[in-house]
Amino acid sequence: MTDPAGSYDVLVVGGGNAALCAAIAAREAGASVLLLEHAPRDFRGGNSRHTRNFRAMHDAPTATLTEVYREDEYWDDLRRVTGGKTDEALARLTIRESARTLPWMEMRGVRFQPSLTGTLSLSRTNAFFLGGGKALVNAFYRTAERLGVAIRYDTEVVALGLKSGIVEKVEAKSAGSSLTISAKAVVVASGGFQANIEWLKEYWGPAAENFLIRGTPYAQGRVLRNLLDQDVMPVGDPTQCHAVAIDARAPKYDGGIVTRLDCLPFGIVVNRDARRFYDEGEDLWPKRYAIWGRLVAQQPGQIAYCIVDAKMLRLFMPSMYPAIEAPAIGVLAAKLGLDPGALEMTVRDFNAAVRPGTFNGKVLDDCRTEGLSPPKTHWAQRLDTPPFYAYPLRPGITFTYLGVTVDGQGRVVMKDGKPTGNLFAAGEIMAGNILGKGYLAGFGMTIGAVFGRIAGQEAAHHAQQ
Amino acid sequence: MRSNEAVAEARRVLEICNACRYCEGYCAVFPAMELRRAFSDGEIDYLANLCHDCRGCYYACQFAPPHEFGINLPKTFAQIRAETYEQYAWPRALAGLFRRNGLVVSLITAVAIAAILALTMGLQAPETLYRPRTGPGAFYAVIPHATMALVGTATFAYALLALAMGFSRFWREAGASNQPAGLRNIARAFGDVLTLRNLGGGGEGCNDRDEAFSQTRRWLHHAMFYGFFACFAATCVATIDHYLGWIAPYPVLSAPVILGTVGGVALLVGTVGFLWVKLSADPAPSAPELYGAGTGLLVLLGLASLTGLALLALRETGAMGVLLAIHLGTVLALFIVLPYSKFVHGIYRLAALIRYAMERSVSVATERE
Repeated sequence: MTDPAGSYDVLVVGGGNAALCAAIAAREAGASVLLLEHAPRDFRGGNSRHTRNFRAMHDAPTATLTEVYREDEYWDDLRRVTGGKTDEALARLTIRESARTLPWMEMRGVRFQPSLTGTLSLSRTNAFFLGGGKALVNAFYRTAERLGVAIRYDTEVVALGLKSGIVEKVEAKSAGSSLTISAKAVVVASGGFQANIEWLKEYWGPAAENFLIRGTPYAQGRVLRNLLDQDVMPVGDPTQCHAVAIDARAPKYDGGIVTRLDCLPFGIVVNRDARRFYDEGEDLWPKRYAIWGRLVAQQPGQIAYCIVDAKMLRLFMPSMYPAIEAPAIGVLAAKLGLDPGALEMTVRDFNAAVRPGTFNGKVLDDCRTEGLSPPKTHWAQRLDTPPFYAYPLRPGITFTYLGVTVDGQGRVVMKDGKPTGNLFAAGEIMAGNILGKGYLAGFGMTIGAVFGRIAGQEAAHHAQQ
Repeated sequence: MRSNEAVAEARRVLEICNACRYCEGYCAVFPAMELRRAFSDGEIDYLANLCHDCRGCYYACQFAPPHEFGINLPKTFAQIRAETYEQYAWPRALAGLFRRNGLVVSLITAVAIAAILALTMGLQAPETLYRPRTGPGAFYAVIPHATMALVGTATFAYALLALAMGFSRFWREAGASNQPAGLRNIARAFGDVLTLRNLGGGGEGCNDRDEAFSQTRRWLHHAMFYGFFACFAATCVATIDHYLGWIAPYPVLSAPVILGTVGGVALLVGTVGFLWVKLSADPAPSAPELYGAGTGLLVLLGLASLTGLALLALRETGAMGVLLAIHLGTVLALFIVLPYSKFVHGIYRLAALIRYAMERSVSVATERE
């Protein structure tokens, strides 16, 4: 097969936020650009389709952000969630560039909501995309098309031929046929490997079969593995992924935000044996949101059930799937396929251990259990008001941490510590350099946009030398 | 009468939207939806009529077809609106006119034009009908003023009555509020109508025809809306002039002619433009159920303005008599079909916007507490 449309200065692998920022930046720097997106047009955009906001530093209130969010506070937030698993130079570069990148995105068609609407708790640190991530993706594709970026959907890059740190050719598959593409510089922005169940099984064993993938099924990590096999320096713990507990009735892939459940801190969570296994009231939900995927993954059959009663139902955001309802705990257990006697005993023991307190779902209140293991340390209320409701839970994988090491120009680094000649990376495939652990809302989009711009510009400069 | 599948589908979609809320910046529908956890049939009618069909949420939706959730809120809501037009029609016996509405509107238009033309031709001698005439009373020599006034007033008054009854039934059944609306809320709703704030898509406009944003629909709707009312104002001013003893036809630089000409041109531009948008737009987010009704009313409004402008241009020639009959036949058809056409979207949307303004002032007050 021949080159799809002549030869290009810059080839961008991937089709999400980071890839689009790289393609636009490279094209604006004067390079000819080809972007290869694995997904068909309808599902283009990788996990960016499911995102909602962008974390941006700002020294004064803006039209889309309230108050201030300075570099040091941003850095403290990042250091706390990563437990120090971050490259400070790259992290500070990302943080500083985030301030400039937001208006850069706006000028390329991305629209943000005005600051006072939406999720108020985040409106100081995060700017929300009007219409969400798919609207952002659509805007970027329109801009890229207008600038003359060549775009091919349904085209998966399967191998990059790296020789002495230089990518010589790129092999791709499209509609069953193979193509070989040559470009003076390559930007890989093809995401992590969270949709590759076989790869997840290498670390999680057969349990990974029961994982649900919250985002795109196209994040197969093929380019990532190909590069790591060619002595590119890895970054991030390969065994780790961001996993939250989502509704077990969600589809295997692409269930997105609507499968999220916010009921956990208000009720109790039991496993297949109808036993509790962790303190549901440990901390405020946003801080504990991300530990429950792993907790459920460690339970037999990778399944759990959150149980609430009628008085708790209005305390949390509605979710897509209706709660399973029953007039009594035993009936509910039967509906869930649990042992009714076991669940009744768990609820009885829990109810007996609940101490009187003043319930307040917004702060760490004094409603707790006593003499129960594991305890519930806040928001513990007796399950005594029928009907009772249950939500089944499974681990929902958001992203993986393993990636390729990059330098401040977005250049991929080899195992011997030398940067490659013409290979750059942006987005989830290199996010592990900066977010080695944990999660910071809207930060993945920041890394993607900031490094997409950097990698695109650097790739264009390299191609033009 | 209601198709349960459409209501069930709307409820399914709304429950998914309410768990997502990414579209909350686009229009009034999403903030109104967020005030609820469950959606009654009446509330679904309310939200569907609050939707201005800007399609922003369809193109932004991560769950739009071919995603297995298949979320297409503009289409789902348009299907519900098609049902509400029938559901709240007055009298109920005539609700069936909303089925195959494009055909109904075309037939009534054809019959009305034919009837006026036949009556005029039958009652007037050919030399009267085809003779060029000018000066006061020229029109009334063809069709007597009393006939015109009587038929026009009767049909228009009936249309107003039927529209008001529809509004009131919608208010009771889909409004679900016994509170007085309050002047401020009514004023806010009228402000929304006059500016079409909800066709602004949060700033850049609607997805008029595809993924790209533009204000085209909004401006075309403004042209139709203000054009229609300018024509209506022209008629009112002419009526006053008539009873003050100043008899039509009026000179080009008179209030009725200026209002009628500007309104007629705006109405024509708006309707033709809207038809073009309709025909060239991506059909995915629209409902085939409403296609005939929308097209029918647009064509009828366009015809009314086209025949009116032609009458003005040729009023001093021998074509005036026939053109007058055709124009008045078109206007008669418009008055007759008004309460049984896509025109009703305006009254239900107004009701929905008033209710939204009421809910918003309550929720703002609660947040302040």
